[in-house]
Amino acid sequence: MAEQKKTVTFIIERQDSPTSAPYTQEFEIPYRPALNVVASLMEIQKNPVTKDGKKVAPVTWECNCLEKVCGACMMVINGKARQACCALIDELEQPIHLAPARTFPVIRDLLIDRSVMFESLKRVQAWVEVDGTWEVKDAPIQNPYTATTAYEISHCMTCGCCLEACPNVGPQSDFIGASPSVQAYLFNLHPLGKFDKEKRLNALMGKGGITGCGNSQNCVEVCPKNIKLTTYLAQLNRDVNKQALKNIFNK
Amino acid sequence: MAKNKIIVVGGGLSGLMATLKICEAGGEVDLFSYCPVKRSHSLCAQGGINACMDTKGEHDSIYEHFDDTVYGGDFLADQLAVKGMVEAAPKLIKMFDRMGVPFTRTPEGVLDLRNFGGQKNKRTCFAGSTTGQQLLYALDEQVRRWEVKGGVTKYEFWEFIKIIKNKDGICRGIVAQSMNSMEIKAFPADVVILATGGPGQVFGRCTASTICNGSAVSAVYQQGAAIGNPEFIQIHPTAIPGSDKNRLMSEACRGEGGRVWVYKDGKPWYFLEEMYPAYGNLVPRDVASRAIFKVCDHMHLGINNERRVYLDLSHIPADYLERKLGGIIEIYTEFVGKDPRKVPMEIFPSVHYSMGGIYVDRKHFTTIPGLMASGECDHQYHGANRLGANSLLSAAYSGTVSGPEAMKYCKEGKQGVALTDAELEAARQEVQAEYDKIRQMNGPENAHKLHQEMGDIMYDYVSIERDNNGLDKCLVELKKILKRWDNIGLTDHGNWANQEAMFVRQLRNMILYAMAITKAARCRDESRGAHAKIVLKSDYDAMTAEQKEKLVGVENIKFAADGRGHDADDELVFFKRDDSRFMKTTVINYDPATEEPIVKYEEFEHSLIKARPRNYAVAKKE
Repeated sequence: MAEQKKTVTFIIERQDSPTSAPYTQEFEIPYRPALNVVASLMEIQKNPVTKDGKKVAPVTWECNCLEKVCGACMMVINGKARQACCALIDELEQPIHLAPARTFPVIRDLLIDRSVMFESLKRVQAWVEVDGTWEVKDAPIQNPYTATTAYEISHCMTCGCCLEACPNVGPQSDFIGASPSVQAYLFNLHPLGKFDKEKRLNALMGKGGITGCGNSQNCVEVCPKNIKLTTYLAQLNRDVNKQALKNIFNK
Repeated sequence: MAKNKIIVVGGGLSGLMATLKICEAGGEVDLFSYCPVKRSHSLCAQGGINACMDTKGEHDSIYEHFDDTVYGGDFLADQLAVKGMVEAAPKLIKMFDRMGVPFTRTPEGVLDLRNFGGQKNKRTCFAGSTTGQQLLYALDEQVRRWEVKGGVTKYEFWEFIKIIKNKDGICRGIVAQSMNSMEIKAFPADVVILATGGPGQVFGRCTASTICNGSAVSAVYQQGAAIGNPEFIQIHPTAIPGSDKNRLMSEACRGEGGRVWVYKDGKPWYFLEEMYPAYGNLVPRDVASRAIFKVCDHMHLGINNERRVYLDLSHIPADYLERKLGGIIEIYTEFVGKDPRKVPMEIFPSVHYSMGGIYVDRKHFTTIPGLMASGECDHQYHGANRLGANSLLSAAYSGTVSGPEAMKYCKEGKQGVALTDAELEAARQEVQAEYDKIRQMNGPENAHKLHQEMGDIMYDYVSIERDNNGLDKCLVELKKILKRWDNIGLTDHGNWANQEAMFVRQLRNMILYAMAITKAARCRDESRGAHAKIVLKSDYDAMTAEQKEKLVGVENIKFAADGRGHDADDELVFFKRDDSRFMKTTVINYDPATEEPIVKYEEFEHSLIKARPRNYAVAKKE
């Protein structure tokens, strides 16, 4: 099988600047076992020539860890939002189509601007209000089962796959998306974090909040960390509704 | 009164910890990073963080942690610095726990502990096998909180280029460049803290992220900051070899019972357990890496005679593995396509961590006033070899030192006069001119190919087994590469998000740092920790009788055609540790005239624990 696959063909959607028009270019690189999409883009860097022999600028993209922990190299590969580092060539249909995740503003080629996600983390107050980094006393004991759930959610690497796949994130809606919303749920689980549960739930009401979720379930399909996003969104939705009622009665 | 402004470069564990401490002390931080700080390389640390919590009935003590670290580092770490770190460790763990790090817990809800290499007691706190990710996120969240409160301004996707000194030579600012708009700007500050991580990319393939290139460290080295102990590069024994990167398989695999073996005479041979009965698979990394290298390269027992050995978890119950090592099992399954719960993993050593770095004092000041360094980019805490799970500790702890010390320095008014607008602009223009020159480069060399060549050379000559011939050759080759750098041609001449131009600039810094590593290794005629040097005939002939006795300690040494010494059993002969000559910190300064490193040695604090031979075949004696 490897004998036949001497080369790998890519069709890459490129864009020179945030405002310029996109175009595609085709590249062909030598095949080798265990090749992935990031390693392929690195090959193109070493010899940035298209399939037709045209010398071009190397493809621009973002990557750091190459082991699916940092979340940087998210892009759309054969139509699916995923991390490029663990997209193995052997498992992809050729030619392989690469495109930027256009839910986010494109900076150049496959490089996108995801700062909106980090802003959303501020909105939902995704942190524990510790008094400081100094020593206070022993941290509270935690239920190991709850801690296991927290550990699962805490794998979220803010890659943006769930936003790219969501039909409700984009110009048509203000929904902040599954990833930052579920972070609110994470901090509401923590024995100290839950002191600010009401603030986080209130932050998820109104424009862009949890009502923006249309329950299409795309997020959970694409999450590279297999976080049960829809389960936690559903629980969060219930918590937000309860909080809304509580707000009315407490007025 | 205006708040003190501190520039922190690097948003990994150390940079973020320093940032928090500065904010709490009333300072303001401009935080610079190549990437959103949440994507920094600290998140690749897997196995855990050491702290004497003593919750497993083993009578663990802080002293024991202290001694293990000093012994593991082959007596080259500053002992007072290490003492401070191990004493603070349990407090740091409680802080992280309060911040919401989802540490793995025992059934009664307290923090679980696991075994790690070079330590007999359970001392490693962990969050599954993604401990670094979880610790980094906790600090990222707390820094975001300060961003909202107004103490922190982030400059993400900005590259640090160099520091700016005032007329008295005190560092009072930096020049940085936006990685998107390519705008170059000068930023003033009272103090600058570099927390820019390790130089793994100098070796091409390594376990580090693509951003860990040591470029910032090299930049300040060229501006006069001394480098300490750069020859001590840790080779991690267990990584999945790859063409784009070597992916780490945590030491936690061995901590949780993983066994390393190869076939010998048709039967599994658990060579670490046989060679080192006291520690077995849990010998420190330098020892394990050398053993694997020997088994593959000298005994030709690697899997299919290739450079690979088995790391076996398949005897451990699958649900236990899932809970303790889920994250890395996923990495192996995803990138190799085989399930480590069912078949042994195939691994080989890889460049992993730099014990050395910018030379700092115990307060984390460099040799340039006003410039500090903390985290992997400094030279402190680990001596000649770092113990597993001490890196997250040193990263976090060093930030708790550098941040407050920076504020104290400001309060004492040591920062001297601020930069004038003219000085800021002059520094900016200098960097602008260098950048414009790079953009116009149109020679035949491709920067990425040149980088790969440099990495291969470094692996060939400056990794697990070194010898003076190879190191001399390596220096010659590196100088050739430095020359060829001038002949690089850019394929991207644009001025928007030009990653190639930035890489070309980084590559030059990497080459100069590679020369510092190599020169330091060349000058250290002994074996200590990660630095193991083979005795050549030329070395032997130049020795006095006493030196022969002491440094080699072998009778009837024979030399092969390549000049390498062998003993009666045909095993390679290495230099021994030589405390009388080399129980000193290597200090490297840059010579601007020749662009070469100048090596000298400095004394360091080692009076608390007396140096003794390091031998993991027997239980450690204090």
